[in-house]
Amino acid sequence: MKPSNALALLSITLLLAACGDQDSQFDQPLGAQPQLPEPQRGLLPSMTIAEPTPWNDQVPAVPQGYRITAIASDLQIPRQTLVLPNGDILVAEGRGGGAPKLKPKDVIAGFIKSKGTTSVKSGNRLTLLRDADGDGSYELQTVFADGLNAPYGLALFEERLYVANQDELVRFDYQDGQTRASGPPTRVTLLPSEINHHWTKALTISPDGRYLYVGIGSNSNITERGMAAEVDRAMVWHIDAETGAHKPYATGLRNPTALAIQPGTGQLWAVANERDELGADLVPDYLTSVREGGFYGWPYSYWGQNVDPRVKPQDAEKVAAAIKPDYALGSHVAALGLAFSSEVMGEAFADGVFIGEHGSWNRKEPVGYKVVFVPFSGGRPSGPPVDFVTGFRSDDGKTRGRPVGVTIDPRGALIVADDLANVVWRVTRTQ
Amino acid sequence: MTAISHRPYRFIPHPLHATLLASTVPLFLGALLSDLAYFRSYQIQWSNFSSWLIAGGLVFCGLALLFAIANLVRAEHRAGRPLAYFLLLLATWILGFVNALEHAKDAWATMPMGLILSAVVCLLACIATWLGLSGLRSGGEA
Repeated sequence: MKPSNALALLSITLLLAACGDQDSQFDQPLGAQPQLPEPQRGLLPSMTIAEPTPWNDQVPAVPQGYRITAIASDLQIPRQTLVLPNGDILVAEGRGGGAPKLKPKDVIAGFIKSKGTTSVKSGNRLTLLRDADGDGSYELQTVFADGLNAPYGLALFEERLYVANQDELVRFDYQDGQTRASGPPTRVTLLPSEINHHWTKALTISPDGRYLYVGIGSNSNITERGMAAEVDRAMVWHIDAETGAHKPYATGLRNPTALAIQPGTGQLWAVANERDELGADLVPDYLTSVREGGFYGWPYSYWGQNVDPRVKPQDAEKVAAAIKPDYALGSHVAALGLAFSSEVMGEAFADGVFIGEHGSWNRKEPVGYKVVFVPFSGGRPSGPPVDFVTGFRSDDGKTRGRPVGVTIDPRGALIVADDLANVVWRVTRTQ
Repeated sequence: MTAISHRPYRFIPHPLHATLLASTVPLFLGALLSDLAYFRSYQIQWSNFSSWLIAGGLVFCGLALLFAIANLVRAEHRAGRPLAYFLLLLATWILGFVNALEHAKDAWATMPMGLILSAVVCLLACIATWLGLSGLRSGGEA
């Protein structure tokens, strides 16, 4: 099918410019009560794939009073980071997935989308960064553990380091100051890994260290691989850290890409990526507190009771039960990182969450490609998102980097993983 | 035998041309049947089959179209059957391509338009093949 693929690709590419559906003038749906436009889908989905270009000497833009520096480079696809008690930073590196291509569309779209990502091979490892003298320069960059399978979520409780590979949750013993894992990890539990259309396994841990939460993405955009592929998908698992026993904690979250526990309350929060191909301004990715036993709509409906007609057979009971998420981040921004802030980030950014937005593909005018801050008050989102780290796209429309995981360093910094430039950024206050 | 002696001008398509042309019928028919199966069962695999059958149909139809153009250029009497055949085959390909895009939508988004297009494309492919194989230059002097 090679020549036909090439021919089809050529035709698609030419036609894309000509008759993709247009981005509407509609504002991106944001906040707690987003205005959602009507679904629309032209004969071709709108796509803009970011052409990568190196940072060279440039760095992302941060607000006045802050400085950003690259603290690690030449990584192998950094995704999520974890700041250890002694200030060392662990970086999970890798690329997972590899879902089989079932339709001509998968072949073509897969090729086009690959143009907007790094060509570096999957690291499948954890890298440790150390700044021993506290000068902000991380002089040690060493492999902490390798031979992992697309590690993504990281969590630490006392002497236990948990890593969510794309197929299993594992545990390392960790001693303060360690720079290399003392041995191979122990399995806590296997994770759903069949197909792995959305392969990232987000991870966080309860404050008492007893339970782990793992985010498991759906196996399709909107059930186009069949409902049988969606068993144990699009949900957050609640896992006993000791025994590995697990149960669904919340369901209907299409792709919960980052999880975090709210300090003080112990409440689980998530960012999730919503479905594509319903238009440039649908469906908003969201930030939400996650209710135990809650159902968040996927695949039957979005943002509460908006039925998705692409799903057959439908389920009216499920639609009625669907919970509206707390806060819309905008459609197609691809939120992949979530971190609760603290006083160390300065007064203006002390109460709220930072969110890493990987950036859109299913939209003519790109959105995302930045780190935003969502202010909180009284433990709830309280205002529109504020840009915090920007400049990931250059003025000539090329893409220098794509933010993924964001983590607060209690010493006073925000750590941002960039999986296109294979860099880790560190944002600090200048006074 | 007598038929041939009575109609010496009857054009016989090149075997490759005939093969390519005739192949469009089972491919587009298969796509239609797969769409029907998906429409009735919601089983997504039928929709996947349909997508590939349409892609295959477009390849064969596209190559047959090249022969059709060559025939048209070489025909002494372009109006009539050679032109009708060419235009029908062209319409088959264009609608088939639109159908391929329709089938690139996810899950039930292909319905019902995908099914309707598959039926139209299948019908067009049958007529074009009938015309193409039953004598392209009848009335002409070859």
